[in-house]
Amino acid sequence: MNATPARSFESASTPDRRSGARADRLFQLITAGAAIFVLLILGGTAASMAWGGRLAFKTFGWRFITDPTWDAVGGHFGALVPIYGTLVTSAIALIIAVPVSIGIALFLTDIAPRWTRGPIAIAIELLAAIPSIIYGMWGLFVFAPFMATHVEPWLSNHLGTNAVLAPLFSGPPIGIGMLTAGIVLGIMVIPFIASVAREVFSAVPPPLRESAVALGSTRWEILSRVTLPYTRSAVIGAIFLGLGRALGETMAVTFVLGNAHDLSASLLMPSNSIAAAIANEFTEADTDLYRSSLIALGFLLFVVTFIVLTIAKLLLLRINKQMGRTH
Amino acid sequence: MAIPARRRAADIAAFAFATAATLFGLFWLAWILWTTMRQGAAALTPQLFREMTPPPGSSGGLLNAFYGSAVMISLGVVIGTPIGIAAGTYLAEHGRYTRLAAVVSFLNDILLSAPSIVIGLFIYTLVVRSMGHFSGLAGALALAMILLPIVVRTTEESLRLIPDTMREAGFALGLPRWRVTRQILYKAALSAILTGVLLGVARIAGETAPLLFTALNNQFWSSSLNAPLANVPVVIFQYAMSPYDEWHTLAWAGAFVLTAFVLVLNVLVRLLARKGKQR
Repeated sequence: MNATPARSFESASTPDRRSGARADRLFQLITAGAAIFVLLILGGTAASMAWGGRLAFKTFGWRFITDPTWDAVGGHFGALVPIYGTLVTSAIALIIAVPVSIGIALFLTDIAPRWTRGPIAIAIELLAAIPSIIYGMWGLFVFAPFMATHVEPWLSNHLGTNAVLAPLFSGPPIGIGMLTAGIVLGIMVIPFIASVAREVFSAVPPPLRESAVALGSTRWEILSRVTLPYTRSAVIGAIFLGLGRALGETMAVTFVLGNAHDLSASLLMPSNSIAAAIANEFTEADTDLYRSSLIALGFLLFVVTFIVLTIAKLLLLRINKQMGRTH
Repeated sequence: MAIPARRRAADIAAFAFATAATLFGLFWLAWILWTTMRQGAAALTPQLFREMTPPPGSSGGLLNAFYGSAVMISLGVVIGTPIGIAAGTYLAEHGRYTRLAAVVSFLNDILLSAPSIVIGLFIYTLVVRSMGHFSGLAGALALAMILLPIVVRTTEESLRLIPDTMREAGFALGLPRWRVTRQILYKAALSAILTGVLLGVARIAGETAPLLFTALNNQFWSSSLNAPLANVPVVIFQYAMSPYDEWHTLAWAGAFVLTAFVLVLNVLVRLLARKGKQR
């Protein structure tokens, strides 16, 4: 009497448990497959662009990177101008965004009245939510004319006569060019750097800050001697994250950079960037070599942003470890 | 004890700089939103939602573009979300502590910030070239690729936030692992994952670069996924870059609707997420 229910219990549970194990393995496989899919996208992106750009790489070799001539009609393509434009606009963006973002993070962790911190943080994050095409339109119709009438004449009159800065600030004030693009990029990058900086600033262990306060430090001294040294690797990681964004930003830059394939030192002159060149010309590329050259540009962009973002991630991982987080 | 004047001055300077930096950030937000609102509100007419995109020099609306965007975003979500949730589940649960999960988690973050134009090129090579023409399907796939890492990240993070005691309670009841995940963990993480998906929708709604050479654009009404499909961002791009005033007006109207959609979604999601946290 006792044995029967025990056996029936066992016989009922064994197949169920076995099917549970099978379902478990299936679920494991599906989720692992999805995870591998993420790898495939990244690998596929790199491979498809290396493959698509092979004609350009084979035709021009290393000169592709150093050649400033981009001649669609003659079928001669060199990527120096887009590469130069990408680097210069990203540099301008960081020069603007880094101090501003650290200032915002400081303001939000130390200075702002507590009840305003949430709303201000959301507002800054909304800068990242605005689609880049809106930045582009605003840049083209509002900001570029503003630069052309108010800022650039002043720059070329005052700095354009300076012996050292003259090459950077000479040229007609047309509003469209590397300076305008760099400023727009800077605005777009601010929320990315600021939100990471704010997060790590507010994660600095209170005893560290309290010790500094006990020693009579001012707020500036706490920032410069406690907070920044403690969060240095994360802040640098955030800057690289912003750089990765700036290098690959497409639409905003396409609107305000002018799509000119001329090498020019002046920041007031139109130029090109890798992403903007692809966006502007890809659908018009009528020869295999033209299309391949644009895909090769995409490959270069992908490789550079991959490296930059890897550095960013490694630096950010380091501070997470330091603060005892596991991911 | 008084603080020496020089140190006090440095402190005040830092205070002033941080305040100015915040005002600087908010200033651009206000300027951009104000421009979009002023230009867009003036261009907002009932025609916008009733008529197709016009040829140069005549008036019209953006109906086909709204439709195309809605189709591609929905399809992108339908494709990207399940894969993203499954991959996020592997990273946080079924593959936890494995090397594969560590590598994928790392690379997913890179995919998250990778230039979206590069994703467009990838889908172009993969889909457009093999199909031989631009299509709405290719556009939806490109959007799905951009949504995917966002869903992976939020799924992983929200699953990790669930205390292990919940998992142990499930195992103690004799539930197999996949049922613990499906019936306990997904329920606990549902609102957080949903938040991630909605933020992802806000992100892909404005994506232009990956659509330029996948979905391209279509001036006419088309509901075929096998043909070029009109969409709001690319229409804005083409119309804004054109020399025609009517097209500029329409571009501003599209920009206004797009921005309003993205911002309202963002603010709503954040408010909901905060409410969820307080509870």
